[in-house]
Amino acid sequence: MMTPDADNKANIQSTHSSSVAGVGSRITELFFNKIHEKWRSIVVAIPFIWLLVFFLAPFFIVFKISIAESLIASPPFSSLFDWTEEGVITVRVIFDSFLYLVEDELYLDTYLTSIRISSISTLICLLLGYPIAYAIIKSPDTTRHILLLMVILPFWTSFLLRVYAWMGLLADQGTINDLLIWLGIIDKPIRLLYSHFAVYVGIVYTYIPFMILPLYANMEKLDMTLHEAAADLGAKPMSTFFTVTLPLTLPGIIAGSLLVFIPATGEYVIPDLLGGGNVSMIGKVLYNEFNANHDWPVASAVAIALLLALVVPMMIYQHVQSKEGVS
Amino acid sequence: MTIFGFGWEIMTNETNYQDRQWLDPDAEPFIQLRGVTKQFGSFTAVKGVDLDIYKGELFSLLGGSGCGKTTLLRMLAGFETPTSGTIYIDGMAMNDVPPYERPVNMMFQSYALFPHMTVESNVAYGLKRDGVKKSEIAERVDAMLSMVELSDFAKRKPHQLSGGQRQRVALARALVKRPKVLLLDEPLVALDKRLREQTQFELMNIQDKLGVTFIVVTHDQEEAMTLSTRIAVMDQGQFMQIGTPTEIYEYPETKLIANFIGSVNMFEGRVVSNDDDHMLVDSVETACRFELGAVAKAEKGAKLWVAVRPEKISMSTTAPQSVGTNQIKGTVHDIGYLGNMSIYRIQLDQNGSSEGGSLVEVTVPNQVRPKDGKHAIDWDDEVYLSWHPESSVALFR
Ligand SMILES: Nc1ncnc2c1ncn2[C@@H]1O[C@H](COP(=O)(O)OP(=O)(O)O)[C@@H](O)[C@H]1O
Ligand SMILES: [Mg+2]
Repeated sequence: MMTPDADNKANIQSTHSSSVAGVGSRITELFFNKIHEKWRSIVVAIPFIWLLVFFLAPFFIVFKISIAESLIASPPFSSLFDWTEEGVITVRVIFDSFLYLVEDELYLDTYLTSIRISSISTLICLLLGYPIAYAIIKSPDTTRHILLLMVILPFWTSFLLRVYAWMGLLADQGTINDLLIWLGIIDKPIRLLYSHFAVYVGIVYTYIPFMILPLYANMEKLDMTLHEAAADLGAKPMSTFFTVTLPLTLPGIIAGSLLVFIPATGEYVIPDLLGGGNVSMIGKVLYNEFNANHDWPVASAVAIALLLALVVPMMIYQHVQSKEGVS
Repeated sequence: MTIFGFGWEIMTNETNYQDRQWLDPDAEPFIQLRGVTKQFGSFTAVKGVDLDIYKGELFSLLGGSGCGKTTLLRMLAGFETPTSGTIYIDGMAMNDVPPYERPVNMMFQSYALFPHMTVESNVAYGLKRDGVKKSEIAERVDAMLSMVELSDFAKRKPHQLSGGQRQRVALARALVKRPKVLLLDEPLVALDKRLREQTQFELMNIQDKLGVTFIVVTHDQEEAMTLSTRIAVMDQGQFMQIGTPTEIYEYPETKLIANFIGSVNMFEGRVVSNDDDHMLVDSVETACRFELGAVAKAEKGAKLWVAVRPEKISMSTTAPQSVGTNQIKGTVHDIGYLGNMSIYRIQLDQNGSSEGGSLVEVTVPNQVRPKDGKHAIDWDDEVYLSWHPESSVALFR
């Protein structure tokens, strides 16, 4: 009978023979290991320093403003630390801005609207992007490169320009309405621009490459013989998809969804230009607080709350994932 | 080997042909290939092959890399459609039958285990797709895992297993569905030599117990010889010869096959006479006259090659009593000592030339130990080679 030990035996033999190799090679090996270790910590340190300087520091500045008081001054908020006349430091922490967010229903509503719009957009991006990524993987080499290029191509023109182009397409006297009237499908323009619909179109259009690219990268590693193996074992195409393809592309789905969901939630330009006054998302509220109301503490509180709303679920997810990985 | 209690159909054919159904004119082939061709663009990977495989056979497709073995197997599994021709399995044309409805299972060259599933779920996968009852799935998976001795590894993921263990998971996964035909693509290449030999016998045992028809693709002629009831030798998308291991080894039809399976000595010659039961052939190179027992159709003067396997030649330092056929004289050029036997390379004396002639390979079992590092027949000894007329074959191509 086959013994599981046979493999182990082979391993023992091979380690044995390598120990015969000279001491010199052992030293060089150690040397390279050292460099390798150092190098690794340097490589890991760079993004950490980057995050520290460009993310954590601004975050604390914003946090500091959010617990200050709004003033008509420059800068338009009270300082955190004050020197009294006796030379003692006093710290003034004011949570008014956060309380204000909770008290005024406008903010909660806008948060929920933002999350709803970005969730639905993410889902649409996934439903459209998944088959596109899969089709790109399945196409022959030359076509694949062209298709991939077409996914990235929109990035070569300005984002603003592309949103304005959509305004031209969706307007009452825009291309789409003109075309529909000319075809006789409708007889007076329908409302496309300045609606939720327009915002969805804009977000899905803008963010779908961020869904397709991680999915593509994930699917590229997918071993297609697994599909054949599943078919061979009696799985119909649908069943193969749900039992093999989907679980194995889950990392790509999660990466793509986060890359769409997070920026879409804070999106400002698209709801402003395509949604007009009819769609209020949190990015727009933030903008108004800063620029129209000059209420920096409330604006900062809005930003911090948004961050928490996005980061906390992600951290819970990460935690669950790593727990699953261990067991 | 654990006891194996599946209610499997075991062959109970009462005729003399039980183990050799291909000789039985009334036997119904289980798998039939008729004029099967596969083209990839302008390249023809498989060229109009015909083949009959019978129930319970362990059939090998043997050939070098790129000769079309995998392509043929993939057409049987349904992953490639033949460009022309038809494949019948159990009497049914398979042209429009998708892989998931064919009564065959395949063990992939790369094993293709599902990386996100445990060993257990991998093996259970096929049964779940068939909607087998939960309790029965558990039972059959357990039985299969204990058969391949992987019960302790049921909860592991494929990446936590060694190559040999993965190979056994792949085998279990394919066999648990009780297919009528199991297709194996180079099942043993990833294993080291010891494990490979063990597994060969294991495969034969399993095949014998279950009565499943095995079709094994391999490029290893030794493996094909050990495993198979019959072998099809493939080259450039065609079958060169189909036969039992003995037929292919002892009666190769072409020089190519003779060379491909084992080693062989080939002497060019011309037919001197050819009557009912023996043929005489004069060597082109040496003064030797060959005698062959098995008669091939050949005109007088026809050119052919006399092929003799190294182990069929007897070697002696003393000259034969009388001059006869199948006798050549030469000098020991080289000895390869393998322990159980030695391979001698003998340089032939050439007609009227001082230069050495071609080399002939002779294998000799080492029945006596070499004494003081000296072989019974040693380097530069003059030796006389001879063989029985029945031991050689005439090849025309
Ligand atoms: N999908 C394919 N497209 C084009 N050529 C292929 C394809 N599959 C196999 N071939 C070609 O067909 C020939 C036979 O391949 P294969 O059956 O895999 O050989 P083997 O398994 O005997 O090594 C090879 O030359 C290979 O390049
Ligand atoms: Mg192959």
